[in-house]
Amino acid sequence: MLKWWQEIVLALKLLLRDYRAGELTLLIAAIVIAVGSLTTVGFFTDRVRLALTQQSNQLLGADLTIVSDRPIAGELESEARARGLAVTRALRFPSMVTHGADTLLSDVKALAPGYPLRGEVRLADRLFGDERVAQAVPAAGTAWVDDRMLTRLNLKPGDVIGVGALKLRVAALVTHEPDSVIGFINSMPRLLLNEADIAASGLVQTGSRVRYRLYIAGNSAAVDAYRQWAQTRIGPGQNIEGIRDARPEIRSALERAERFLGLAALMSVILSAVAIALAARRFLQRHIDGCAVMRCLGTRQSVIVRLYVLHFAVLGAVASALGCAVGYAAQSVLASMLGGLIEVALPWPGALPAWQGLTTGVLLLLGFALPPLISLGQVPMLRVLRRELGVPQGSGAIGYALGLAVICALILWKAHELRLGLYVLGGFLGVATLSALLVLAVLRLLSRLRTEGGMSWRYGVANLRRHALGNTLQVVALGLGIMALLTLTLIRGDLLHSWQATLRPDSPNRFLINIQPDQVQPLGAFFAVHGMAKPDLFPMVRGRLIAINDRPVSSADYSEDRAKRLIDREFNLSWAQQPQPDNRIIAGRWWDARDRDTEQLSVENGIAETLGIKLGDRLTYDVAGSQFTATVTSLRKVDWDSFRVNFFVIASPALLRDSPVSYITSLYVPQGQVTMLNALVGEFPNLVVIDVAQIMAQVQKMMEQVSNAVQFVFLFTLAAGLVVLYAAIASTRDEREYEAAIMRTLGASRRQIAATQFAEFALMGALAGLLAAAGASALGYALAIKVLNVPYLGNPWIWLIGVGSGAAGVALAGMLGTRRVLAVPPLQSLRRVG
Amino acid sequence: MTEILATPIVRAIGLTKQVDTGGTQLIILSDVSFEVASGEAVAILGVSGSGKSTLLGLLAGLDTPSAGGVSIDGADLFALDEDGRAALRARLVGFIFQSFQLLPAFTALENVMLPLELAGIADARTKAHAMLERVGLAARVGHYPKQLSGGEQQRVAIARAFACEPKLLFADEPTGNLDAATGAQVIDLMFELNRERHTTLVLVTHDEALSRRCGRQLRLAAGRLAG
Repeated sequence: MLKWWQEIVLALKLLLRDYRAGELTLLIAAIVIAVGSLTTVGFFTDRVRLALTQQSNQLLGADLTIVSDRPIAGELESEARARGLAVTRALRFPSMVTHGADTLLSDVKALAPGYPLRGEVRLADRLFGDERVAQAVPAAGTAWVDDRMLTRLNLKPGDVIGVGALKLRVAALVTHEPDSVIGFINSMPRLLLNEADIAASGLVQTGSRVRYRLYIAGNSAAVDAYRQWAQTRIGPGQNIEGIRDARPEIRSALERAERFLGLAALMSVILSAVAIALAARRFLQRHIDGCAVMRCLGTRQSVIVRLYVLHFAVLGAVASALGCAVGYAAQSVLASMLGGLIEVALPWPGALPAWQGLTTGVLLLLGFALPPLISLGQVPMLRVLRRELGVPQGSGAIGYALGLAVICALILWKAHELRLGLYVLGGFLGVATLSALLVLAVLRLLSRLRTEGGMSWRYGVANLRRHALGNTLQVVALGLGIMALLTLTLIRGDLLHSWQATLRPDSPNRFLINIQPDQVQPLGAFFAVHGMAKPDLFPMVRGRLIAINDRPVSSADYSEDRAKRLIDREFNLSWAQQPQPDNRIIAGRWWDARDRDTEQLSVENGIAETLGIKLGDRLTYDVAGSQFTATVTSLRKVDWDSFRVNFFVIASPALLRDSPVSYITSLYVPQGQVTMLNALVGEFPNLVVIDVAQIMAQVQKMMEQVSNAVQFVFLFTLAAGLVVLYAAIASTRDEREYEAAIMRTLGASRRQIAATQFAEFALMGALAGLLAAAGASALGYALAIKVLNVPYLGNPWIWLIGVGSGAAGVALAGMLGTRRVLAVPPLQSLRRVG
Repeated sequence: MTEILATPIVRAIGLTKQVDTGGTQLIILSDVSFEVASGEAVAILGVSGSGKSTLLGLLAGLDTPSAGGVSIDGADLFALDEDGRAALRARLVGFIFQSFQLLPAFTALENVMLPLELAGIADARTKAHAMLERVGLAARVGHYPKQLSGGEQQRVAIARAFACEPKLLFADEPTGNLDAATGAQVIDLMFELNRERHTTLVLVTHDEALSRRCGRQLRLAAGRLAG
C-alpha cells in the first residue's frame, strides 16, 4: 500500500521515464501551441489595457474632458473654475497647410494656455534631435509640427507655413503629446497652434468639422463632483470622459481586437485539443501492457488512475508554463505589428494572462487525455496472458465532455458576449459536422471506385477508408489549418483586388469640402481659368437626429457602435430637387419636382437599417439650434464605390434651403494637373482637399497591419495543424510498420510500399486542401458580399493551390514521418507489432 | 522417402544468428546447414525458443544472418539487397503464418490479390477469385478479416500463399492459433494444394504428428540441428 507521498514520487518518476522515452513530445507540443497562442493575444491586450488604466490621465491630457462637436457652453468652463479646478480648452479640425507650392491635408489642433493639464508635450528642433518638455503652448503666430509634416512639406524650424488665412512660423518639432489620436484612419500629419490665432484664420466656419474639448483637472473628489454636476448639463453630441472611461475609441478598438484575435487563437486551441486526444490514445496503447502488469502485481485500479492523473496534471502545468513563455515572447511581435496604431508606450503585461493560460492548458490536457487514462485503470489483468483481449474502450464522446466543455467555455469567454459566442460555437460545430460528412461521403465514394485504378491507389484508398472516422477528423483539422492560410494569402489579395476593380479609372479622386456660399461663384471662375469643367456642388448642412416619431433618441438606445456614433455626432444633410443618377429608390417615391413646398426626407437604406428607420417615420433634426421634423417618403440604395458625393439623408429643398450651408464636390484631377490644387488652396485657403488615393492607401495599410496580426496568430493554427498531422501519423505508425512488413514478406518492393503510402497521404492532404479551398472561398464570398459590398470574383487558383499544397504537404510530412517503416527488416516488425 | 534431386531449391550454409542483449551476445542459431530439394516437404521441429522461427525468417530473407548464407533456387539471398530479396519472394515464395497476418484494411479478395499484383501478374482479380473458390470461400470474398473466423482467415492466408503458384512455401506453426478440428482441416487443405501444385514445403512446428506428414524432419535444439 503506497502512502500519498510515495504515489506522488512514483507519478513523477513515471513522468520522467515517459519523457525520456519520447512518449510526451506530442502532448507537450500541442499544449505549448494552445497556451502559446492564447497567451500571445492575452499578454498583448493586457498591455494595452494596462496602458489605458495606468496612463489614462496622460491619454486624456487631463483628469476629465468634455468632447463636443459644437462650442462648449461657457457655463461648463466657469463652473469648473469656480470649483477650483484647473481648466483649459482645445479645438481640432482638418485643414490644408501650405508651404511654398506644396499643400498638405493636416490635423490642426488649437491650444489654450495651460494645455496639457496632465502629461507633457515634448519638442525637438530637428528630426531625432534632443527632446525637451514644452513649458507653454505655441506662442501666437507660431506652430509646432510633427515629423510627418516636417518631412512631407520639407520644413525646418523658422520656415513660414500657411494655414487658412494665417501665416505661421514653425517654432518646433512636436515629438510627443498627450491625448493624441490612435493611428487608424485619422492619422493625418499634425499641427499645433495657439487658440488666439483661430479667429484670424477664417477656418472655423459653417460646416467646418470642428471638435471642441474642455480639459479639467484637480483632486479626485472635486473632479467627481464636477462630473456629476456636468452630466446633467451636457447636450446631445457632447460626451464626458474620465480616467476610468478615457478614450472610448481605443477601448472599443481593444475590445474588437481582443475578440477577433482571441477567436483566431481559439482555432489553434481546438486543433491542439484534437492533437492531445490523438496523442493520449497512443499513450494509452503504449501503456496498456504496463498497466495490466501493474494490476497483476497488485496495484489497485484507483491507484493507477490517481498515478496517471497526477502524472498528467504535472505534465500539463509544465507544458503550459512553457506555452506562457512562448506567448510572452510572441506578444512582443504582435505589439510591434499593432503598436503603431496606438501612440502610447505599452507597460509590461500582468500575470493574469499567464494564469489563464496555465488553467486552460491543464484543463485542456485533463479534458482530452482523461477518458483514455481512466480506461487504463480498467485494463483486464488477463491481458498479460491473452493480448487479444485488447484495449478497454473509453466512454466515447461522453468521456470527452470535460474537454468539450472547456472548449465551449473558452469560445464564450473569448467572444465576450453570449450571442457572438453561440454564433461562433454553432458555426464551428456546423462547419465541422458538414466537413466531416463531406469527407465521409467522399471516402465512401472513393472506396466504391477503388476497384478501378492502380494498385497503390486502391490500397491507399482502402487504408483511408478503414479508419474513416479518425481520418475524417484529421482531414477536417488539417483543412482548418490550410484554410486559415489560404484566407490570409489568396483571399485577402482577391478582396482588395475586387474592391479596387470596382473603381473606374476616371472616378473622382479628390473631394473639396468646406466651400462657403460666397465662394461658389469665384470657384466656378477658377475652374474656367484652369480649363476644367465646373464640378457639381452639393449643399451640405450639419444636423443631428434628435427624435424618431417624436420619441427622443440617444446613443444608449443602440447597441451597435456605428449606430451610437451616428446618433452622437452631427452628420451631413443635403437637399436636392432630383435624385442623383447613382441613387436608386428602393421604397417609397421621390418628391414631385413641381411641389416646391413639400417637406420630405429620403434616407439611404443602409443607415435606415442601422438606426431602425422605416418608410413613413417622422424624423426630427437639430440644425444649428433650430429644429425641423419631416416624414421619410423614400429609401435609396447608393453606389458608394462611385466615389461621388452622396448623402445618407436628403431633404426636399423647402426644408433646408435657409439653413447655414457649405458646399462639397468631388472631381477627377489627372496626375499632370495636381499643381492646380496648390493654386486652388492658395486662392481659397479654407478649402479642404481630400485625396481619395491617400485615404485608400491608409485604409489598405491599416487592413494590412491588422491582417498581418491575425496572420501571425494563425501561425499557431498552422503549427497546431502540423501537430495533429504528426500525432495522426504517429498513432498509426505501428500499424503501418506491421502492414509494410507483411507486404514485404509477400514480395513488395520498397517503392511499391512507398507508393501506396504516398497515395494515402496525398489523398488525405488533397481532401483537406479541397475542404480548405471550399471554406476559404465561402469566407471570401461572405466577406465580399456582407462586409465590403463588392462582387466576389472567385479565384480558380485557390482550388488548385489548396488541393496541390495540401496533397504535397501531407504527403511530404507523411513520408518523412513513416520513413522508418521501410528501414526495419520485416521479421523484426512482425515480431514487435504483430 | 522422396528422392533427392540434383539441384536443391533451398540451401543453408553455416547459418548463424546472434543478438546483442545489453552487452551479452545471445546465440539463437549456430552454424546451421542443410538442403531442401525441389518438391520435398520438410518439417523443422523444435521446442519453443529453439530458434525455428528465426531460421524460417532467415530462409525467407526476412532478416539478415550474423554469419552464413542461404541460396534459393540457385540465387544467393544475402548477395541481394532488400528489394532484390522481396522480388525473389514475389516470384518464388509463398507464406503461411501462425497468426494469419492478413491486412485488416483489405477484403479477403484483396488480400489474395495483393501478392499477384505485387508480382505484376495479369488478371489478378480472376485468379484470386478462383483461388478463394478453391479453398471454399467463394461466398466470403467481400468480407474483411475481422468478419471471418480464425479458420476462415487461415484459409484466406493459404489462398494468398498459393495464389502466385510459388515453387516454395514457408509455413510457420500454421495451426498454432486454431482449435484442433479447424487446424486439421486447414492442414489437410495445405497438403492437398501442396500436392496439386508440386510445391516445395518448409514447415515449422512443434507438433510431432504434423511433422510426420512431411517427408523429412529436421530437429532444432538450442540453435543447432540435432542428429
